Amino acid sequence: MAELSINETSLTNEYTQSASMGTGVWKRFRRHPGAIFGIVVITILIVMALLAPASPYNPEASDITSRYESPSLRHIMGTDALGRDLFTRVLYGGRVSLSVGLMVVAISIIIGVPIGALAGYYGGALDAILMRITDAFLSLPSFLVLILLSAILWEIEIPMLSGNSVLTISLVIGVFSWTTFARLVRAAFLSIRETEFVAASRALGGSDARIMIRHILPNSIGPIIVEATLEFGYAIIEESGLSFLGFGIQPPTPSWGNLLSNAQEYFMKYPWLAIFPGLMIFFSIISINYIGDGLRDAFDPNKVLNKVGEV
Amino acid sequence: MIQTVGLLLLLSVFLFALVNLAPGGPLSGQGQSRHIDPDKVELLKRQFGLDKPLPTQYLIWLVGNDWMQVDSNGDGAMDGYGTRQGILRGDFGFSFRTRQPVLTEIGQRLPNTIYLTVVTMLVAVLIAIPIGIISAIRQYSSFDITVTTFSFAGQAIPEFWLGLILILVFYAWLKNPFTGDPLLPSGGMTSVDSVGFNLWDRIVHLILPVLTGALGWIAWYSRFLRSSMLDVIHQDYIRTARAKGLSDWGVLSKHALRNALVPLVTLLALDLPYIFGGAIFVETLFAWPGMARLYYQAALERDYPVLMAVLIIGAACIILSNLIADILYAYLDPRIRYE
Repeated sequence: MAELSINETSLTNEYTQSASMGTGVWKRFRRHPGAIFGIVVITILIVMALLAPASPYNPEASDITSRYESPSLRHIMGTDALGRDLFTRVLYGGRVSLSVGLMVVAISIIIGVPIGALAGYYGGALDAILMRITDAFLSLPSFLVLILLSAILWEIEIPMLSGNSVLTISLVIGVFSWTTFARLVRAAFLSIRETEFVAASRALGGSDARIMIRHILPNSIGPIIVEATLEFGYAIIEESGLSFLGFGIQPPTPSWGNLLSNAQEYFMKYPWLAIFPGLMIFFSIISINYIGDGLRDAFDPNKVLNKVGEV
Repeated sequence: MIQTVGLLLLLSVFLFALVNLAPGGPLSGQGQSRHIDPDKVELLKRQFGLDKPLPTQYLIWLVGNDWMQVDSNGDGAMDGYGTRQGILRGDFGFSFRTRQPVLTEIGQRLPNTIYLTVVTMLVAVLIAIPIGIISAIRQYSSFDITVTTFSFAGQAIPEFWLGLILILVFYAWLKNPFTGDPLLPSGGMTSVDSVGFNLWDRIVHLILPVLTGALGWIAWYSRFLRSSMLDVIHQDYIRTARAKGLSDWGVLSKHALRNALVPLVTLLALDLPYIFGGAIFVETLFAWPGMARLYYQAALERDYPVLMAVLIIGAACIILSNLIADILYAYLDPRIRYE
């Protein structure tokens, strides 16, 4: 931690001191009522999704004797056209939608963070090339490209990726979601590489890789965490949107989006089919947005996030 | 400028490669929706020039084939010059689905999308501006807290779900008390039996699609304007304006609002492509004959010429709107100068 003590004298910014960062952030985060609401709701949703197999009903087996039953004590969200318990399907759908969200975040961090780090750290021609690629991705109407890509992948037989599986859809969305990470990380690296503790580490013989991974990356973790939270929400919306239009996760595997899509035909007569899956999307997005908002405040937006807009 | 052109070329290569990624090329999708025997596929391939190497195909797509010999009837022998002019000269080819020129198809649908988008944006901005201003000048009032809560909710409602719920409430549940018909139509731009231009009929058909499309933007813009107003009213020049005796209204309209609106205007330009992207849900839900629904139908049937055209035009629009945002920003805020 020798380098960090040099840093303390040059930047008396809570954010850059990793020793106090966690506690300070948590203190500010706790004071944000929306964020606490968000944490509670998303935890409930995740626990429900994890406990889905505890449901007495099978999510995919049809039961013609109990078609279109309205919500009751036996089926708290009613049943669908094939007599399947909607609540069970919503729980399993949550597993799919939430895991797509998590995987998209992971994929976009794996792609975006190294690109942003290399561009910001080395600058020059490498930066120019990487940022032009990022611009190209940002110039595409991404949701429309997602539709095209999943339509194409539908027809290709690739092991693990056939038939619009959870993995396929996560990859497709992830490949178009890393640009914000790249920009954020680049901006953070650009400003942090000029600090004295980086110069000190270099003077002590630290390699580029060591400086990037041990010194700069931990200090740019704030915006990455905030963006990861928000991206989790976007990914859930994008997956549900794709599945709603029929290009995402394919039935009988339930996802919140394709449950809504299936509801479209008869929802006027059996409104619960449309109401409940949508409510799940709504509650997960609103809680994620609140958490993101709380994190942004907690990580002290004026110090880092505002800079990103200028670069 | 050169960068912009380069970017578009890069995107065109990318999109072209993407479509040709499917084994068997762009015709492969034809097997999914309808059955075609393999000989016919070979014939179609020769007719569409899909038997040529990919770089040649890309070149033809880009600049046309009216300078080279082609096999127009697919019998394996060259029989004259091609007729395609390439996308650079505005020829996006023919739709696999309708056999019409892609540009004609888009030309029929684009005005409807622009019409819906413009109305949606106008409604969103006209509602969001007063909400944002009041929230900012009455910060932490009960109005502000209510609005902030609602705007969080508004941003979290997926458009496709909102649309379904609105149809449920205003079409299936609520009835017109005089006629007993559904209160609002659930789709289309006009009634099937309407003759000529009927303003009332048009407005009635706009309500649900516009509401569906606008809610998220109202939430987002009112929050954005609130924070941009809060930034502005704590500036020195606002204190100066107040100190020289200007009324609250004078300070607000002459000094605060003008400066707070600058970032909103640029944001609007930047958001335009996303509004178009979101239009795909509104247009499919409400059977709106627009460009996004055309894209959806084309995707269902793997109509690649249409898909490529919409994507290229969409990318060009995004680049253009970024440019407009930059120019507007510099124009509205004289402190910003581009080298």
